[in-house]
Amino acid sequence: MADPIRPLTEIWVYLETSPLLGLTLTLVAYQSAYWLYARSRMNPLLNPVLLAVAALVALLLLTHTPYPTYFEGAQFVHFLLGPAVVALAVPLYQQLPNIRRLFVPVVVALMAGSVVAVASALVIAWALGASGTTLLSLVPKSVTAPIAMGIAERIGGIPALTAVLVVATGVIGAALGKYVLDALAIADYRVRGFALGLAAHGIGTARAFQVSEEAGAFAGLAFGLHGVLAAFLAPAVYLAVRHFF
Amino acid sequence: MLVGLIWLLVYQCIGEILVRWIGLPVPGPVVGMVLLFATLFLRKGPSEPLHTTANGLLSHLSLLFVPAGVGVMLHFRRLADEWPAIVVSLAISTVLAIGVTALVMRALLPRQRSGTPSGKR
Repeated sequence: MADPIRPLTEIWVYLETSPLLGLTLTLVAYQSAYWLYARSRMNPLLNPVLLAVAALVALLLLTHTPYPTYFEGAQFVHFLLGPAVVALAVPLYQQLPNIRRLFVPVVVALMAGSVVAVASALVIAWALGASGTTLLSLVPKSVTAPIAMGIAERIGGIPALTAVLVVATGVIGAALGKYVLDALAIADYRVRGFALGLAAHGIGTARAFQVSEEAGAFAGLAFGLHGVLAAFLAPAVYLAVRHFF
Repeated sequence: MLVGLIWLLVYQCIGEILVRWIGLPVPGPVVGMVLLFATLFLRKGPSEPLHTTANGLLSHLSLLFVPAGVGVMLHFRRLADEWPAIVVSLAISTVLAIGVTALVMRALLPRQRSGTPSGKR
């Protein structure tokens, strides 16, 4: 009689060495997490990236699968980050009328918000004893993840850590934004959206779209512009971090 | 779909090449994005295939950083040591960034006539 266990092990050996499993698991984990998120009426605390990452990490740890093995398959998804960043030019172009009409408020608020986001994060983390590498990984935390990871890689931070910090920032901004803006008596949806998109990138933008179309459009504008600005500003911040901390 | 993807990949290639050639400390895809934006400006808008592909890709944007996010399992040590500093700095800096951005923008926006909820044409 044939041993029924042996074929199973053989299947596992195949799956472990093929990129198929890592790729499939990534898509399934994300789609399930997204389903839960949609069912919760887009509760920012159930952010699908956060859920999917947590589920996959738990699975890899339980099955003693090393990260590089998983990444063999997941790299096909990861690769698309580059083209996706290029694609951001399309929605940004569609915001051109808003950029033209409100050039000064948009540009000045963008600069002010960007500097405050980076500088306050660095000073606080440094004062609480964070290490140099962590500080560098923190620099791009308010920027959309694909750009942020590129920046982290360029300046000597850890892209994976940055990805997690970016998602955490987005969740925090989406969850707390309303209270901050209400406390400051900001009623204008253009301003509310812009502030959310700047501080909390795509996650804040998704949140803004739930409130109003106009807030969402301005959030998208802020997160696109902030990504570009940060990419060009980060090297300067990097030199400052190296110099002061 | 394919034509749109070719547009994106070609611009990413140009971006990566320029970054390495000139030695810019900026991610290649961001340079590609800026160049594509300039092209759209000159052509007065994206072609239909580019528009479709870009929107399709961006509607799944958050899926794309799951693989890198899972990489955090390699850095549990660091998180365990430094999480208080990280959490406090993220929370305070995000609140400050939202507040400052909103106050600055509100101060600079042209005044709206009351009763018009959105910007006038």
